[in-house]
Amino acid sequence: MTWLGDFFGDPANWSGPGGIPMRLLEHLEFSVLALLLAALVAIPLGLLIGHTGRGGLVVVVSANLSRALPTLGLLVMFVLLLGTASIWPVIIPLVLLSVPPILVNTFEGIRGVDPELRDAAYGMGLRGGQVLGRVLVPVALPLILLGLRLSAIQVVATTTVAAYTGLGGLGRFVIDGFATKDYASVVGGSVLIVLFALVVQLGFTLAQRVTVSPGVSRRLKTR
Amino acid sequence: MNDGPPTIWEWVARNWDTGRVGSIKDLLGDHLVMSLVPIVAGLVLALPLGLASVRWRWLYQPTAGLFNVIYALPSLPVFMLLISVTGLSKTTVIIPLTFYAMAVLIPAVVDGLGSVPDHVRQSAVAMGFTPLRRLVRVELPIATPVVLAGLRVVAVSSISLVSVGALIGQGGLGMLFTRAYQNPFMPPVVVGIVLIVALALVADGLLVLAQRLLTPWVRARRAS
Repeated sequence: MTWLGDFFGDPANWSGPGGIPMRLLEHLEFSVLALLLAALVAIPLGLLIGHTGRGGLVVVVSANLSRALPTLGLLVMFVLLLGTASIWPVIIPLVLLSVPPILVNTFEGIRGVDPELRDAAYGMGLRGGQVLGRVLVPVALPLILLGLRLSAIQVVATTTVAAYTGLGGLGRFVIDGFATKDYASVVGGSVLIVLFALVVQLGFTLAQRVTVSPGVSRRLKTR
Repeated sequence: MNDGPPTIWEWVARNWDTGRVGSIKDLLGDHLVMSLVPIVAGLVLALPLGLASVRWRWLYQPTAGLFNVIYALPSLPVFMLLISVTGLSKTTVIIPLTFYAMAVLIPAVVDGLGSVPDHVRQSAVAMGFTPLRRLVRVELPIATPVVLAGLRVVAVSSISLVSVGALIGQGGLGMLFTRAYQNPFMPPVVVGIVLIVALALVADGLLVLAQRLLTPWVRARRAS
């Protein structure tokens, strides 16, 4: 516990480019950037594949394969290939690893919508795009959000590991502290990352409460 | 003609079994231990917890909630925090991976048992099965496909997650990544990634095979 006191009590840890506020912002920046880019690719693609039904097998196989890919190996490979002149050699694998969970859950969400519901929407005169936007997406939203949450968990963890290959963020306290046997920094940094991950998790739980229609989440009793 | 940097095959041949600590063969063995123990331990621990959650429904929400939170914790800081308890050992990697495995397997066990049709359960009771015999002979076999689906996810992700342990010096094949980064050199990275993905695919294939052998009726029903 004295390690925590040493870490959080040290005024030098609260200012400058290596301080807690700056590292926290970096961690947030990299995570949001990677998640946003991944979502921009995965959600439209998942909607398209789910709606048309073409290419579903590719989605499922790629999701399984991506789970087998070791994050650290991918990070090291990209950095050795592209150098460390910018943050992109690290951001690219972050994005690559967070696409599959969003993609597969968006796809499964759209696929899993009751066909009768879909037919009813068409029967009411909605067009393809309208059916997707007004019926399929709201019903599939819990799974789409689950995909985003799983991806966010992954991104926060991988951003931590990416500190090893020179990326900033909270992982720096852990990696640098471990290398220099500064255990106050290791423990303090670890606690910060754990708290960060918990806040992200909580955020997604709340987002789910707010955005998912009560009829879909069954908080509204219909029968 | 052997002037240039070694090809991947030459590198593998030279480092496969050097007889010293850290040969590829050595790391592969470590990797197997560190990924298999959490898979097996996770299943062994998740079964009773899942059964208890089905028997006493009120237990399920808090258990699932707790493991959901645990699952969201990034592995590296958890390893680091555990070092003060278990030191720089394999155990430090094995414990968190076991908890991640339980986070996936407990819901799988509960959903699997939930997939047992009510009329099947009632038939078993009517035929005079005691609760334990009903569980072992009827309910668990029917739950097997769902549990094995969870186990496949666990096996593949445990095998790839072990490599993060390299950052505390206990990463099995992941050690190839840190070594390659400190002394910039591509072959170890490629070999590490390929071996880890291959291990994951083999484990996945074995579990698919296990499912076929354990639940022959699934295929029989599909064929008819």
